[in-house]
Amino acid sequence: MVDILEGIAKAIQLIITGDPTLYGIVYRSLFFSGIAVLLAMLWGTPIAMLIGLRDFRGKTIIKGFFNSLIGIPTVVLGLVLYLVFSKGGPLGFLQLLYTPGAIILGEAVLVTPILISIATTAIEAVDPEIMNLAKTLGASESQAAIAVLKEAINGVLLSNIASFNRAIAELGVALLVGGNIAGLTDILTTAISRYTQRGELDLAIALGIILMVIVFLINMIIITARKAKMLFTLGRSPQ
Amino acid sequence: MLTAATIGTILVVAGTITYFQYFAKRRLIISTTTSLYDTGLLEEIEKNYEATHNVDINIISAGTGIAIQHAQNGDADVILVHSPSMEKTFLEQGYGLNRKIIAYNFFTIVGPDADPARISRRNATEAFKSIVAYGESLSDQSGQTKVWVSRGDNSGTHSKEQSLWKAAGYNYTLISAEPWYASVGSGMGDTLNIANQKSAYTLSDIGTYLKFWKEGTISLTALLIEEKSLLNVYSVMAVNQTVPANQTLHSQINYVDAMEFIHYLVSDETQQFIENYGKTDYGQSLFYGAVQPLRDNAPQPLVKWIQDSAFFDGYECPPQYRNGYPELYT
Repeated sequence: MVDILEGIAKAIQLIITGDPTLYGIVYRSLFFSGIAVLLAMLWGTPIAMLIGLRDFRGKTIIKGFFNSLIGIPTVVLGLVLYLVFSKGGPLGFLQLLYTPGAIILGEAVLVTPILISIATTAIEAVDPEIMNLAKTLGASESQAAIAVLKEAINGVLLSNIASFNRAIAELGVALLVGGNIAGLTDILTTAISRYTQRGELDLAIALGIILMVIVFLINMIIITARKAKMLFTLGRSPQ
Repeated sequence: MLTAATIGTILVVAGTITYFQYFAKRRLIISTTTSLYDTGLLEEIEKNYEATHNVDINIISAGTGIAIQHAQNGDADVILVHSPSMEKTFLEQGYGLNRKIIAYNFFTIVGPDADPARISRRNATEAFKSIVAYGESLSDQSGQTKVWVSRGDNSGTHSKEQSLWKAAGYNYTLISAEPWYASVGSGMGDTLNIANQKSAYTLSDIGTYLKFWKEGTISLTALLIEEKSLLNVYSVMAVNQTVPANQTLHSQINYVDAMEFIHYLVSDETQQFIENYGKTDYGQSLFYGAVQPLRDNAPQPLVKWIQDSAFFDGYECPPQYRNGYPELYT
């Protein structure tokens, strides 16, 4: 069996010497996940605002729906998206399969439920009086909504960080719709899978270390922020 | 608020797509069997090809079954596979064109050094019988102890394994349900690792095995000698742009670049490159070029073996499945 310590030593060497293959993969991972979260934020935040600020029939069901989608197995979503993006599928004409665009869209869809759920909780935790106050002071409906969003900003930021964490650590979607093409659609998780399968363990370990560092840093940010009570709104239940 | 978000979303999507379109060269998507990819051969060919052609080669590595599935969905332009029976169906259904046999090597059964089933240097049929006898003689029949690990992923290697069981006189469905039989549904590399971990036997192409053995990842030994039933023939096919059953599906196939790539694979230089690949590292070729011996119709038994196991109706590609490019078949 391969000497683990030797593998780690070689991996660290790859990280230090700035191996271009390695850093290409890291760059793609950060880039795809970043754009995916940006997209999810753009369509997810308004949805969270609608759910969080309005009272309507079926609100609990909708919240429950997004909550249960948080845990969707990435490989199932990957399969569904493969069928959608495949040339015979409904969005086949876009020719997105096996392109970075497919991974970005797929990850954006993947993180949308987690983003909406956390952001909704944060928005609901804002004192409803703020909305009324803003309106009394002459704010329009959307200006009042923005005032609420400002109050909930920490929770909304957390929803983005958690989404990024989920996107960068997922494998199924990127593997199935990205195809793990070297230099084009291989990202940290899929490349680890490939290099392990090919027996090129140095590179796999190096990528694993980097992925762990990224995930660790993200979680440190969340924990530190919570400790600093920046995100106190999350602990409180609505009403 | 909503308007701003909608505009933002559209801008980001459009920006991202433009960004990638701007950098994109013409794409040629190759769906391939894991052995050609995991050994690193295909990546080297890709590098050489891209250096001289203005095309971006995208390799999707999966088993032969999945590669064929991709091509049927119109998601690949070229397939490189090694399962003559599946290839035949693929051609007959109108999905594939211009098949060329490009390389061959041999399958072997690899297993623990101690070889508890004593299959070393026996032929495939005897080896399978010994493995079954050994599996049945185990005191532990709870399914914890595995003697045989199978790809189980509908790949070319998996389909070869099934035909070898059949040739040895076993019903594959029954054999695969035995407690000592493990089906892992994974690529060759993973399967070798699992067999190594469990000190079990498995069927492997010699190329992937040698790479893993050389790198010290596995300590299994290759136990069978080269024989006709273990022949492993790799071929390439272009995906048909005009599948009668579904016109629109395949209209985007990059047929012209696919054919150029096929010509490149069968060229003398590439054939030589394939033959030399890994020679210095492994002390032997991982793959042998098949084009020259077939063209010369050389008298060695190997040509006969290839013709017997991988030709359809006496042709590597029967005329009705060819489309232009007659120089490929002279």
